[in-house]
Amino acid sequence: MKGQENAKRALEIAVSGAHNILMIGPPGSGKTMLAKRIPTIMPPMSFEEALETTKIYSVAGSLLNKGGLIKKRPFRAPHHTISDVGMVGGGHPPRPGEISLANNGVLFLDELPEFKRNVLEVLRQPLEERRINITRAGISVTYPAKFMLVAAMNPCPCGYLGDRIHTCTCSVAQIQRYRSRISGPLLDRIDLHIEVPALSYKELSSKEEGIGSKEVLERVLRAREIQRERFKNFKINTNSEMQASHLKKFCKLDKESQSLIKDAVEHLGISARVYSRILKIARTIADLDESDDIKVDHVAEAIQYRILDRKLLF
Amino acid sequence: MKDILDSSLSDKVYFWLSLKLIRGVGNSIFLRLLQVFGSPDKALEADEDDLIDAGIRRDIARNIRKKDFLLDPEEEIKKLRRLNARIITYDDPEYPSILKEIDYPPVLLYALGRKIPYNQFFIAIVGSRNASHYGMRAAENISYRLAKLGIEIVSGMARGIDTYAHKGALKADGYTIAVLGTGIDVIYPRENKGLFQQIRENGTIITEFPTGTPPDGKNFPIRNRIISGISRGVLVVEAAKRSGSLITASFALNQGREVFAIPGMIDSIRSQGTHFLIKQGAKLVEDVEDILEEFGIKIEESQDKKDHKPLVKLSNQEKKIYECLDETPVHIDEIIRSTELDPSEVLSTLLRMELKGIVRQMPGRLFVKNMG
Repeated sequence: MKGQENAKRALEIAVSGAHNILMIGPPGSGKTMLAKRIPTIMPPMSFEEALETTKIYSVAGSLLNKGGLIKKRPFRAPHHTISDVGMVGGGHPPRPGEISLANNGVLFLDELPEFKRNVLEVLRQPLEERRINITRAGISVTYPAKFMLVAAMNPCPCGYLGDRIHTCTCSVAQIQRYRSRISGPLLDRIDLHIEVPALSYKELSSKEEGIGSKEVLERVLRAREIQRERFKNFKINTNSEMQASHLKKFCKLDKESQSLIKDAVEHLGISARVYSRILKIARTIADLDESDDIKVDHVAEAIQYRILDRKLLF
Repeated sequence: MKDILDSSLSDKVYFWLSLKLIRGVGNSIFLRLLQVFGSPDKALEADEDDLIDAGIRRDIARNIRKKDFLLDPEEEIKKLRRLNARIITYDDPEYPSILKEIDYPPVLLYALGRKIPYNQFFIAIVGSRNASHYGMRAAENISYRLAKLGIEIVSGMARGIDTYAHKGALKADGYTIAVLGTGIDVIYPRENKGLFQQIRENGTIITEFPTGTPPDGKNFPIRNRIISGISRGVLVVEAAKRSGSLITASFALNQGREVFAIPGMIDSIRSQGTHFLIKQGAKLVEDVEDILEEFGIKIEESQDKKDHKPLVKLSNQEKKIYECLDETPVHIDEIIRSTELDPSEVLSTLLRMELKGIVRQMPGRLFVKNMG
């Protein structure tokens, strides 16, 4: 894809650290197109992963004819009218839902605020535990749900906030109401927010370079390798899975970085609550840079990926 | 007006307020009574026939006799004392004389803050509540520069343009008047609480509405006649086709005030109103000179015109980025392309510049130079 340099960089970071990501942009800005390309910059599936994915599709009865192993990472994009059972699975006997079908791949939720509240709420547990336990009369099944959540939304109800051609007609209150439809706990599980601008026709139709270019994939693989090495004694694989104890051990900040975060909290209205998110992203950025220490530049860039935490400015 | 200073000041205010608070007595009836009876206390004592002879409708004459108040004037005065507010009557020396020229001038004004300067040269700056960054910046800059030249800025303390008109004047340590469409004790919109305090300290807040009057759509156009009436000219910064700012502009024309308008992009709905005004003959304004010229005022060219060098020292990267920024928002991808820096470098540098106050980030990953 041409253009969207900023978005592409953010996706590279998200994939490297297996961070969930939220894309905010006007209608037609290519959010779906960007999301679809994410599997192409993810590391290829291991044999175990392929086996696991194939098993789930087999149980779901969605294995297509040939019967061979599924080798491509799944990309699931359920419509926002989906029910909670459709999302996490259920029925008798319990069949896997979208989150399990997206296992080892990407779960893309377009128009995030349009999803029913209860559907978004049931996502919280699997996002944390990376599997889902479904209990129905007499049967209890556990399906894996290790997916990368990629969500997209308009910046405001009319869709044109921050657009340079169209004028946004929403009031501040309307925008706040729209954004508050996504609950805080869910937002807390999304590490990166980015804004995606509208693309002109020319940019859209120009020949796609693909964010799945080889160099990006190589950088992602290297960053993943660094993480595997770092966490080999800790039962986790990626930066996004770090808990408080890991943060303490692996995300030490120098004085300069600390004062930068302090400044950002004070001046940009970023809440102190997101401190650990910023640390995780900064860790991934440092890994992409192949740097052992988190430097102030890494922290500064990380702060820029927390848009929804900022005060609304016009 | 004649012979009114025979009673002590607070008594006087009490009578003025009483007459004004009688059900059915508006500004024009009040002025008629004042003309005929000489002072409000005499009008309050007059009998029904005298009132009817003065051309007052029978039901209103009865209301005056019965002392049928909308609000208890004594309570109102107590409330004003608590708020530290005052009342400026039509005959008070503080009452802006220019406001007496208009049709239906307010017979009294509730006021908070500093005394309204006597030798006024007020310019009103008004515009859309739902303004663009361009509009808010224009309002703030022009207000700032006018205030630096000692010109007082009038606006309505609404969201958007009004807010930035006041902010610009305050930034220049200038004087500004906010004319409210609510009671003097009602801060609307709520987010302007801080601004309200600042204007109270460095300017004046006035309204003709009694205390406790909530925001009500029909009151704002009534208020707008005071905004234009108190000013020598009205500058409309951004306005949609049918908007309160255009109402203010048409009041201004009827009151014989100058009307100015700031142009915008031809496809912006927020500039349709201002472009309409320009087509009707309002003066197009690019800078303060365009306004001052109409009043025969000249200022020396030597001033800091359009010199927006940042005061802070910039690193090489920061300089590079600053050079491709503009006064209209630029998207991050354009900055990345024209600086040929890494996206990561651009992002982290921009954050530092933002914290230094050199740039501002707008929704949509757009960046602009931050003007002091």
